[in-house]
Amino acid sequence: MRKLYFFLVGIAFGIIMIKSEAASWFRIFEMFYFQSFHMYGIIGSAIITGVIGNQLIKIFKIKDFNNNSIQYPNKDNTFKRYIIGGSIFGLGWALVGACPGPMFVLFGAGFYSVIIIIISAVLGTFLYGLIQNKLPH
Amino acid sequence: MIMESILNPWPWYISGPLISMIMFLLIFNGKTFGVSSNLRTICSVCGANKFSKFFDIKVKDHLWNIIFILGASLGGFLGLKYLSKNSYVEISENTKSTLRLYEIDSFDSNYMPLELFAIENLDLNNITMLIAGGLLIGFGTRYAGGCTSGHAITGLSQLQLGSLVSVIGFFVGGLLMIHLIFPILF
Repeated sequence: MRKLYFFLVGIAFGIIMIKSEAASWFRIFEMFYFQSFHMYGIIGSAIITGVIGNQLIKIFKIKDFNNNSIQYPNKDNTFKRYIIGGSIFGLGWALVGACPGPMFVLFGAGFYSVIIIIISAVLGTFLYGLIQNKLPH
Repeated sequence: MIMESILNPWPWYISGPLISMIMFLLIFNGKTFGVSSNLRTICSVCGANKFSKFFDIKVKDHLWNIIFILGASLGGFLGLKYLSKNSYVEISENTKSTLRLYEIDSFDSNYMPLELFAIENLDLNNITMLIAGGLLIGFGTRYAGGCTSGHAITGLSQLQLGSLVSVIGFFVGGLLMIHLIFPILF
């Protein structure tokens, strides 16, 4: 039953990615040229509604569907991994115009060449796992 | 009327709040919204734990997220095939002019640039580009501990400093690629 729930939420996510055009290479290209407000509007309004929701959860101690309290683990307080890792991801994001969510959405939508991005991204993650201990974090 | 609105592209002020709704639907079931973690899970499933402890994870705990991206793939199919009147993306005229400089002009009829993504156009250059992009995405997201969903949406809406630094990194890398590396490559 829970599996079906996550599958349905996934379907909704895929539809939103297509219909918002956030999965389109063209929109990502346009975003990095600052030639439209569209992508900034999407990300910005998602964050603003997210901040409001999270604050309401915290203030009113709202429980989740299974009546458990909602936890917000703090991300570790380092700098290097976020700026270096983030920039490496940004290079790839701009190069192929897809982040991890849209990759899977686009493949499903019939852009089969995206499988090359997916396989390479899995390999990239594998590479990170291999040399993780040698990298500054 | 409503059907018409659904079939047209969705405006940002509808799409953004819907994305945060997805995040809350996961939070309210005890999960977090972060797609790039799946890349690690796929590594573990393929036996990467034999090479690095980093992949020693309980795959079962991450299965829900794999199911989520399988759903997302189906959603992508449904969204483009049945819920879209036109498949093209209404980008700005300025962007169209910029793209023409790169000899890309498939924007009037397509969701993605055929010049880069159509199977029949997969020459050595395009394949190299897709592989390089994928490697950078896979390596970078795990290094930073998240991607657009995990840091930009989830992290920033929790006001996490690390996520803000990551998102700044996303744009440092992205702007470098588009404005400095693209002109050299293409």
